[in-house]
Amino acid sequence: MEAANASPEPVTRRRAHRQRLIEALAGAGFAMPALVLLLLTILAPLAVLAWLSFTSYELGAIDIEYLGLKNFRRALADPVLRRSLVNTLLYVAIVLPGAVILALVVAILIHRRKRTRSIYEVIYFLPVTSTLIAMATVWQFLLHPRLGPVNGILHALGFDEVPFLSEPELVIPTLAAIGIWQLIGFNMVLFLAGLSTIPRDLYEAAEVDGCVHPIDRFVRITWPLLGPTTMFVIVTTSITAFKVFDTVAVMTRGGPMGSSEVLLYVTYLEGFQYFHMGYAAALTLIFLAFILVFSIAQTVVLDRRVHY
Amino acid sequence: MNTMAHTLARPAADRRISPLSSKVRRLVSLLLVHSVLVAGAIFILMPFVWMLVTSIKPPSEVFDAGMRLWPQQFYGGENYGYALSKAPLLRFMLNGVIVCGGILIVQLLVAVPCAYALAKLRFPGRSVLLALVLLGLCIPTQVPALPLYIALAKLGLLNTYFSMMVPFFLSVFAIFLFRQFFKSYPEEIIQAARLDGVSEFEIVWRIVAPSAWPAIAAFSVFSIVAHWNDLYWPLIVISETRLAPPPLGMMYFADAETGSNYGALTAGAAIITAPLVVAFLVARRRFIEGITMTGIK
Repeated sequence: MEAANASPEPVTRRRAHRQRLIEALAGAGFAMPALVLLLLTILAPLAVLAWLSFTSYELGAIDIEYLGLKNFRRALADPVLRRSLVNTLLYVAIVLPGAVILALVVAILIHRRKRTRSIYEVIYFLPVTSTLIAMATVWQFLLHPRLGPVNGILHALGFDEVPFLSEPELVIPTLAAIGIWQLIGFNMVLFLAGLSTIPRDLYEAAEVDGCVHPIDRFVRITWPLLGPTTMFVIVTTSITAFKVFDTVAVMTRGGPMGSSEVLLYVTYLEGFQYFHMGYAAALTLIFLAFILVFSIAQTVVLDRRVHY
Repeated sequence: MNTMAHTLARPAADRRISPLSSKVRRLVSLLLVHSVLVAGAIFILMPFVWMLVTSIKPPSEVFDAGMRLWPQQFYGGENYGYALSKAPLLRFMLNGVIVCGGILIVQLLVAVPCAYALAKLRFPGRSVLLALVLLGLCIPTQVPALPLYIALAKLGLLNTYFSMMVPFFLSVFAIFLFRQFFKSYPEEIIQAARLDGVSEFEIVWRIVAPSAWPAIAAFSVFSIVAHWNDLYWPLIVISETRLAPPPLGMMYFADAETGSNYGALTAGAAIITAPLVVAFLVARRRFIEGITMTGIK
């Protein structure tokens, strides 16, 4: 017995040792392409970006001057940046509640429908898959003061025409409405997934306890159980809204008179139109600082959420 | 059992109290629900409907600013013909297919083995790599754009398909998503395969990856939608019309038309929007599952 037991032991140990070696080699090999790309397309650019933000680098320029924190000081005093920051935050402040609350309402109303659910689902989801740039061109036409049907309807109802995209006070709310239009379906799908995890008998049990009114049911069951989904939707919506760029680039180009300049658009102009790389790097880091708050929250939530 | 008895008893009790009023109340609430949903649906559909009807209207009717939905004179052939002849719209879409396909293939080839290694293999530096992946998740793609642009310009690679694809070859999100899937794959099957002499390479691609098919499909939908519609990066690295992907091409087209020829512009917009919308209508479940699973934009 003992002899039989003793003899295979070195073999298994050797095999285990070999297995560990294979695992280490295979693991390192499998991870290598990702690691190389991670270094080349994320980590090294981040380091270069940080370095650039302390310099006066411009594409094509021969000598590079070290500026210290001058770029950041300039950014803090820059009225364009300040305005774009205010505009971006205003945009987020409109899109966030709009796209989250409306999507929640739509999801709750659709969830219980049996025959019509899929039709509504398709309609509300349509803007998510459509190319925003193409649809932005259509929106521009829809909102045209003279030719657009929106003003046509307002006119028919006896209102004055509204210059949605040429009135400085209206341009951010208008772009935000388009942002909401694009995001409702996306958030609705996430809320529907959240709703489907709430067990039915919870509602039945609550009904037995006298919780019959729909608002009661929402406050006592749906809302608390939807908490993690809502948290996730709020964070992703904030990130998407904070990165607003497409509609600005196509529809307004920051105008009229800078009233729709947003952070990413200003950064784009400085870096890729005026080629002030040093200053644009500083702006990018400011953009990153703002978005990092949200994206760290997103990663934490994601890490907890994705369990299979 | 008790609950069931209650729920079965309830409607009966209702009916005894006032059969008509509960029916009326149900009808009213149904009407309310649908009117809210239809109002929302009109807001959502308005641009699509207006795009399609304008694309078949003659200029005179467009500038007439009449509220008529259906054109009196069908002008679709002219508008679509003009859009297709004035801008290489089909070429833009081919570019979109090449770029999205190239990005997706490399993303999968890189992310699947790495995710497997992170989920199932012990190798030096694993926890560091995992931390870097989580760090990468927090960095939006617009952040490394500036240094990547400088590098591509110095290498003379601007205005190439490669320059459009390279920042997205690594998807830390794909690694993260697949790792979650692979972690729950039964260890015994992998061990059994090893004892049978199956190599680690084959274990990844023949055994583990096929089991994660839902995650791979979901990620593919997410990746294609994101890159087909991306404007920011192509706008930076592409200045030649023949290389433009659909959104950039649409922007060129709109600029060239200076926003006056709305019939042709909406025809162009309809052509550019069609592929993904049609794909979505065909594979509706896959799209919605894909977004639910990835849940990130």
